[in-house]
Amino acid sequence: MTDCLNTDLLDDPLGDDRLNTDLLDNSISVENPVERFLRSDRMPHIWCPGCGIGTTVNSFARALIESKIDLGSLALVSGIGCTGRVAGYVKLDSFHTTHGRAIPFATGLKLANPKLNVVVYSGDGDLSAIGGNHLIHAARRNIDLKVICVNNLIYAMTGGQTAPTTPDHSTTSTNPYGVFEPSFNLPHLVEAAGAVYVARWTTFHVRQLARSISEAFKKKGFSFIEVISPCPTLYQRRNKMGDALDAMKFYKEKSKIRHGAPTSEVGMTMTGEIIVGKFVDRERPDYQTMMKAQYTESLGERFVEPTEMVCS
Amino acid sequence: MKADPKGVLTGIHFMDGDHACCEGALAAGSRFAAGYPITPSTEVVERFASRVPTVGGTFIQMEDELAASIALQGGVWGGAKAFTVTSGPGFSLMMEHIGYAAMTETPCVFVDVQRGGPSTGLPTLPAQADMMQAKWGSHGDYEVIALCPNSPQECFDLTIKAFNLAEEYRVPVMFMMDEVVGHMTEKVVIPPADEIEVVPRRHTHKSVEDYLPYGTNGDLVPEMAHAGDGYNFHVTGLTHDERGYPNMTPPVQDKLVRRLQNKILNAVDRISMFEEEEIEGADVIVVSYGITSRVAQRAIEVARKQGLRVGKLRLITAWPFPEKKIRDLAAKVKAFVVPELNLGQMVREVERAAAGKAKTFAVSHAGGGVHNPDDILKVIVEATR
Repeated sequence: MTDCLNTDLLDDPLGDDRLNTDLLDNSISVENPVERFLRSDRMPHIWCPGCGIGTTVNSFARALIESKIDLGSLALVSGIGCTGRVAGYVKLDSFHTTHGRAIPFATGLKLANPKLNVVVYSGDGDLSAIGGNHLIHAARRNIDLKVICVNNLIYAMTGGQTAPTTPDHSTTSTNPYGVFEPSFNLPHLVEAAGAVYVARWTTFHVRQLARSISEAFKKKGFSFIEVISPCPTLYQRRNKMGDALDAMKFYKEKSKIRHGAPTSEVGMTMTGEIIVGKFVDRERPDYQTMMKAQYTESLGERFVEPTEMVCS
Repeated sequence: MKADPKGVLTGIHFMDGDHACCEGALAAGSRFAAGYPITPSTEVVERFASRVPTVGGTFIQMEDELAASIALQGGVWGGAKAFTVTSGPGFSLMMEHIGYAAMTETPCVFVDVQRGGPSTGLPTLPAQADMMQAKWGSHGDYEVIALCPNSPQECFDLTIKAFNLAEEYRVPVMFMMDEVVGHMTEKVVIPPADEIEVVPRRHTHKSVEDYLPYGTNGDLVPEMAHAGDGYNFHVTGLTHDERGYPNMTPPVQDKLVRRLQNKILNAVDRISMFEEEEIEGADVIVVSYGITSRVAQRAIEVARKQGLRVGKLRLITAWPFPEKKIRDLAAKVKAFVVPELNLGQMVREVERAAAGKAKTFAVSHAGGGVHNPDDILKVIVEATR
C-alpha cells in the first residue's frame, strides 16, 4: 500500500541540529518570516499558553514558504473548535464553517473552482467525530484536499470532553472515572478509506511537519497529516501530565520515527510510544481526474469540462 | 443580464415539476449542485446529473444531506451558482446550513419537495407541512425567502426567480414544492435564452484595500468576492463585523442580526408575488399556495356559481409573509379561508396579520393526498355567514 514512499526530505532525526538553508535565510530577517501569512490585526489569538495549534500554524506557514505555493490560489477551510479558529488567523481566503463540515464545504469549493489549492485545517473531534463520515468519504473519493488534523486528544473548546481520539484510561470531564471506549487510529482510518498521503508528527517535529505539508502540496488527491498537539489546560492538567514543556519532553522521549510503518500499528495510547513519520505516499487518480475521464468516455465531444464556473 | 443559452432547453415540453425545476436551475445559470437521494425530490438532481456535464458544470452526490447542504455553499464561494434538493427528512438535516447561509450571506437555493411527516412519514405522498420549518427551522433570528410553485411551468419559472432573489439579497431561498407538483406532468414552455432575465452575482469591483466583505450601503446587501480573487477575505458563522472578523459583542450582534432581517423585511413589497382574482367586493378570500391553490380553485368557482362573493389570493411568496397585504384586505372582507396540506401553519400568519379585523378559517389536511374541494367549499359557505 505504501509504494513510492520517498522519505528523503523527512529524514531529519530527532536532535539533529542541521538547519535548512531556506529557513536560515528567512531567519535573518528583522521581521518574523511567517507574519505575512497571518492577520496581525486579529492578534492576540485565543489559544491558551502552551497550546500547540500556533506551532502547527508556524510549520504550515513555513511550508508555504518552502513550497513556494501561489497564495492567491490557496483557500483554507476550518470547522469548529480550537483548531477551527485557524481560518480566522491566516491571511488567505479562509472559511470558518460549521462543526464537522469543513471537508464537504472544501469539496464544493474545489469542485466549483478546480484551480484552487484547498487546505482543510481542523481538530480531531471536528474531523473524526461529528465530521467522521465526511472524512472517510472524501478519502474514498480522493478529492484533492490537504487535510491538517491537529489532534489534541480532547474536545478543548468546550472544556475537555472525551473525543474519539482520547486514549484509553485518560480522564476527561465526560469520563471522570476514566475513558473506557477504544480510540480511533486516524492514519489507519484514512489509509483504509483511500488517502494517497498520510503522515503523523507532533508539535515537537516542527520541521518534519513543515516538510510533510510541502510534500502534500505536491500530491494530487486526498492528503492527511495528523499533528499530535498539547492541550495543557484541559488534557494534561486533568491527567497530571504537566505543562507544555513537559509535553515537548514527552513527545521527544516517546516519539519513534517509522516511515512506512503499517498504519494498523500506529494507534496511540496514553503512555506508550508515538509512532510518527510518513506512513502512506501512493498514487491514485483524484476525483476530478476520474470524473473527467468518465465523462469523456461516455459523452465524447458533448462533455464540457467545468473549468470556468464563475458567474459574473 | 440574459441567460447563458448553453443551459436553456428552449422549446415546448411535456415534463414533470421536478424536471422543470432542474431546467430552471440550469437556465438560471446554476452549474453546481450537491445532493443526496430522497423521494420525491430525487428526479431533480438525476436530471441535473445527466445534463450538467454537457454545459460545463458539476453534480456531486454527497454522503448525506448535511454534506450536500454545505458543499453547495463551498461551490458558491468558489464562484458557482449552486443549489441542493431534498424532502422533509433531508430538509431537517439541512437546517444547520440554512442558518450558515443566512449568517454568511451565501446566495443559494434549497429545493424542498414536501412529503408527509413527521419523521419518515409519507415518502411518496404530498404535504405542505414544512412551511414553518422553512422559515424557523434553524436556530437564531434570520430571514429567508420561500417560493411556492403550483405547476411544472412555475417549477421552471420560479426556480429562475429563486436564484435571482438569492443573488439580489444574498440569502438562502427555499423552493417549496410538494410531491404532487413535483410529479405532475404538464406543458412547460422554456423561452429562448435572450428572454430569460438572470441576476448576476453582486461581485465587488472594489480594490483589495477598499473592500469590506460585510460592509453595506443603503440596500443592506454586501458585495461578494470569491476564493481565488485575491481579496484574502474571511467568512465565519460566528457573529462578525464588516471585515468579516469574529466580534462577539452585543452591539455587533445587534447590528448584524438586524441587518440580516431588515435587508429582507424592508424589501417585502419588492419580493412578494401573488395571484389575485375577484378580490374587489369579496366577502371571503381564499388564501392558498402550491398544489392546494389548484384544488381551492374548484371550490371557489362552485361557490361563485352559488352566488357567493369569493376572492382568491394565491401566495407565490410565502416568506417573507405579505403581512401588509393581508392586513389591508382584512379591513375589507368578512373572512379568510386558508386550506393547506398541514394541520395549520400559514393560517397562523394570516390570522396574525388579520389581527381580528376579519375571521380566519383553517381547512386542514394531514397530508397524503389533496383536499376534496367540497371540504373547502363547506368552509367558504360557513365563512360567508
